[in-house]
Amino acid sequence: MLKELAVISGKGGTGKSSITAAFATMVNQNVVLADCDVDAANLHIIMEPEIELSEVYIAGEKAVIDYDKCSSCGVCQGYCRFNAISFFEGRYIIDEISCDGCKLCEKVCPSHAISMEKSDKSRMHSGTFRNGKMVYGRLEPGEENSGKLVAMVRSKCREIAKKEGIDTILIDSPPGIGCAVISSISGATNVLVVTEPSLSAMSDLDRTLQLLENYNIKKGVVINKYDLSQSVADKIINLCESKGIEIVGMIPFDREVVDAMVNRKSIVEWNPASIVSKEIISIWNKII
Amino acid sequence: MVKIAVASGKGGTGKTFVSTNLYQTFLSRGVDIALTDCDAEEPNSAAFFKYEETGGEPVTQKVPVIDLSKCTYCGKCQDWCVYNAIVILKERKIAKVLDEMCHGCGACTVACEYGAITEKDMVLGEVTKYSGKDKSSIVEGRLKVGVYTPVPVLKRAILSTTANVAVLDSPPGTSCPFIHTVNASDYVILVTEPTPFGLNDLKLSVEILNQMGKPFSVIINRAGLGNRDVHNFLEREKIELLMEIPFDKEIASIYSKGGLVISEREDIADKFSYIADVIIDKTRAC
Repeated sequence: MLKELAVISGKGGTGKSSITAAFATMVNQNVVLADCDVDAANLHIIMEPEIELSEVYIAGEKAVIDYDKCSSCGVCQGYCRFNAISFFEGRYIIDEISCDGCKLCEKVCPSHAISMEKSDKSRMHSGTFRNGKMVYGRLEPGEENSGKLVAMVRSKCREIAKKEGIDTILIDSPPGIGCAVISSISGATNVLVVTEPSLSAMSDLDRTLQLLENYNIKKGVVINKYDLSQSVADKIINLCESKGIEIVGMIPFDREVVDAMVNRKSIVEWNPASIVSKEIISIWNKII
Repeated sequence: MVKIAVASGKGGTGKTFVSTNLYQTFLSRGVDIALTDCDAEEPNSAAFFKYEETGGEPVTQKVPVIDLSKCTYCGKCQDWCVYNAIVILKERKIAKVLDEMCHGCGACTVACEYGAITEKDMVLGEVTKYSGKDKSSIVEGRLKVGVYTPVPVLKRAILSTTANVAVLDSPPGTSCPFIHTVNASDYVILVTEPTPFGLNDLKLSVEILNQMGKPFSVIINRAGLGNRDVHNFLEREKIELLMEIPFDKEIASIYSKGGLVISEREDIADKFSYIADVIIDKTRAC
């Protein structure tokens, strides 16, 4: 049966990508790797995949006014709920950032002066890396609907897994609890939540676990860099115990994880004998 | 009001660390300042201060309600909805609104020719105000767990902020939550770390800030880890390096327990005092 493991964390920078990279490059590993942090994808830096296919992702549409047709009646402004239309220096203008692409102004304009322009700069890349296949999204900075691009990346991964006969999809999720994260965990079979011993990370973990309550997924928590504050790590252990969530691993802080990244390697490739590498392999065996 | 956004493409580089310590630095100088936590998915700034909650309001959005006694199942509202939030199945007499997909644009209410659609409020999150002994205040946007977009919540948090100077603790990434935060600001401080991931995400942030024409400078956090590629990039692109914060287990430990590093480390307090001067100079704040 196809397994889909999502590596998530409420707080950013806890080590999702470093741990995912290690999972993906264990000896004899064969996976489809999905980088779903489409705002700021990073795994390709370590995996250096050979891109075989790049596809266009239409992130959304933005309204544009044709001033040859516009009669400056202002009807569009009255209907826009996103405060994207304003009257400036004698004409109505649409603020690209505020425009949500709902198309209502296009429909209500009596002069048919408004049309929609597609945002087509975002891409989805798929290819091969040293332990299997890889798909990653690249949302053009400033574009919207990251959740939809995540869904597209995951659907591509399933297609590749089926075609190549690979039975594991590994998902590196973005931080937070919003649309892109919801899209990263929907339909996953296993979830690993990465946290670190700080009160901020613990508060974020709590919100992440609340989100996961709505999903019937096998889940576990790993405390990364746990030795940076043993007292806060203990609080996190208590929080997980009270919620009946298993702690599947405790990874110590090690500068070598950064050294590995600088050398375009995961920690299990860079130093397989390190405590961090051994712990990550043990976590993999527990969670999958 | 002058607004300074503290942002980064990559998560966990130290945005909240910089925001909270910078806010406290301004506060100790007697500046009328507010700290606005725009990371509505995971707000943490208020936890660093022992302030009292002094107000709050829910942030809501309109969602349609279909009156089945008036609905003819014509499907026009479904056609007009670009968010796929309305499902109409004429044969089976089904007209359903998927609240969580709705963006509240109101197109369906305009589309309906039978007066079958009204609207109700749906809660997306809340904005809470916390106040200290002096005039200081923290405004926090907090997304309700399970809601898709934090943008309306963080926009309301920014609108609810009143002070001469505001520090906006931005959400991570380079998509809509980040854009809406920096769009509202006058100056941006990007926080990064000297690693390949930090550099990659810094480049994306720089690209979009240049497109938006926002003035910005960079703080390198955890200096000493990783390599010099971020420094070289800043030099090459002629981007101002505002400050470096060394990687130091003591700093990490103070922060992890919810403490303000400037209260316990004079060397770091001096650095924040310097950047406060630079920012006042750049934005003519205060």
